[in-house]
Amino acid sequence: MNWLLSKVEELSGENLYACYQCGKCSAGCPMANEMDLLPNQVILLVIRGDESVVDAKTPWVCAQCYQCGVRCPKNVDITKIMEALRLIKLRKNIDHIKLEKVKKNLPQIALVSATRKYTG
Amino acid sequence: MQPVNILGDKMEIAYYPGCTLKTNAKEFEETAIKVFEKLGIKLKEINKWYCCGTVYSLATDNLMYRLAAIRNLIRAKEEGYDKLVTLCSICYNTLKQTNLMAREDEDAMYKINSFMDEEPDYDGSVEVIHPLQILNEMMDEVKAKVKKPLNKKYAAYYGCLLLRPKEVAIDEYENPSVMERLIEALGGSAVNFPLKNECCGSYNVACNKEAVIDANYRIITNARKNGAEAIVTSCPLCHFNLKEIQKEVKKAYPDFVGLPVYYFTEIMAMAFGVKK
Ligand code: SF4
Ligand code: SF4
Repeated sequence: MNWLLSKVEELSGENLYACYQCGKCSAGCPMANEMDLLPNQVILLVIRGDESVVDAKTPWVCAQCYQCGVRCPKNVDITKIMEALRLIKLRKNIDHIKLEKVKKNLPQIALVSATRKYTG
Repeated sequence: MQPVNILGDKMEIAYYPGCTLKTNAKEFEETAIKVFEKLGIKLKEINKWYCCGTVYSLATDNLMYRLAAIRNLIRAKEEGYDKLVTLCSICYNTLKQTNLMAREDEDAMYKINSFMDEEPDYDGSVEVIHPLQILNEMMDEVKAKVKKPLNKKYAAYYGCLLLRPKEVAIDEYENPSVMERLIEALGGSAVNFPLKNECCGSYNVACNKEAVIDANYRIITNARKNGAEAIVTSCPLCHFNLKEIQKEVKKAYPDFVGLPVYYFTEIMAMAFGVKK
């Protein structure tokens, strides 16, 4: 097993090999239009050990809406896989946002959740 | 009055506000307390509480993010409550998912209880509920309190976190109807709205506004094309993303026509004739 796949499986607790690439997750993903890789493609690349997925936009655009997970016929919770990919970077101390650049007129709920998802 | 099963025989329930209900979403809290009072239910704010941390962390190996939610549940229990209500969809989701973990994951709770040595052990015994689940059982009482029936068409927008993951859903997760029934009970009419459970873009608003602008355009346009004159929601972040950025949406999409956005308790206050 490649390091990327084992790391993602460890952090997410999900079995990526269960996925049979039906694309249902991507069909329902509300953020798919903003992504550079569709959710089902992310799974495929992780299985192949393609590290470019760690630098893709997709995990950061994912809004943790759980739509993919509730619809997957194979019970793969992609929401957790996206989180695992974010964590791989955040835990290397590479933040996705600079807090000083974030607009101050946002409600707390936006600031706290962005800090939680985009900084380590 | 019919007994409300979800509350048992109690007419007072512990209330957890969360950070945004005290600032940007003040009108949500104020109207909620008043309309529930009209229905004979007291939302009693717990004496001490902390931000729940907003979005639930999904890492399998980090329990630190569970602590704030657990502490809030312990506060409710300490004050003698076995149920805790919260208005914000994100707080609801995080408290509810954390509580499910507390009930199901013995190992995690052993670690958390040992780590928080200053706190009494927690076992998941407080039940987290959303006010819409209470209203779901009180539609007749709601009807009886209406003084000025709403005469507009509303789109009920649920977003994600009241419905997913399905273990925490307050209603049928693909096709919820509790807010529609509430709108009708208040004298309004609820329109068909297929994007009612589609995400608003959430925290993308902090660094990828374009995604939220696109989601706003899709969601509001879909509601409007189905005849809605206003949108009703339960989440301060959805509320912000749908309401406060409409000017920017108009810039990006010149054909965009906006809609007013309300919390469900605001339309209840209007229909009950409760002053803000
Ligand atoms: S819905 Fe499930 S099985 Fe289908 S492609 Fe997505 S993850 Fe794979
Ligand atoms: S959780 Fe992320 S990947 Fe899944 S549907 Fe929502 S935005 Fe898309």
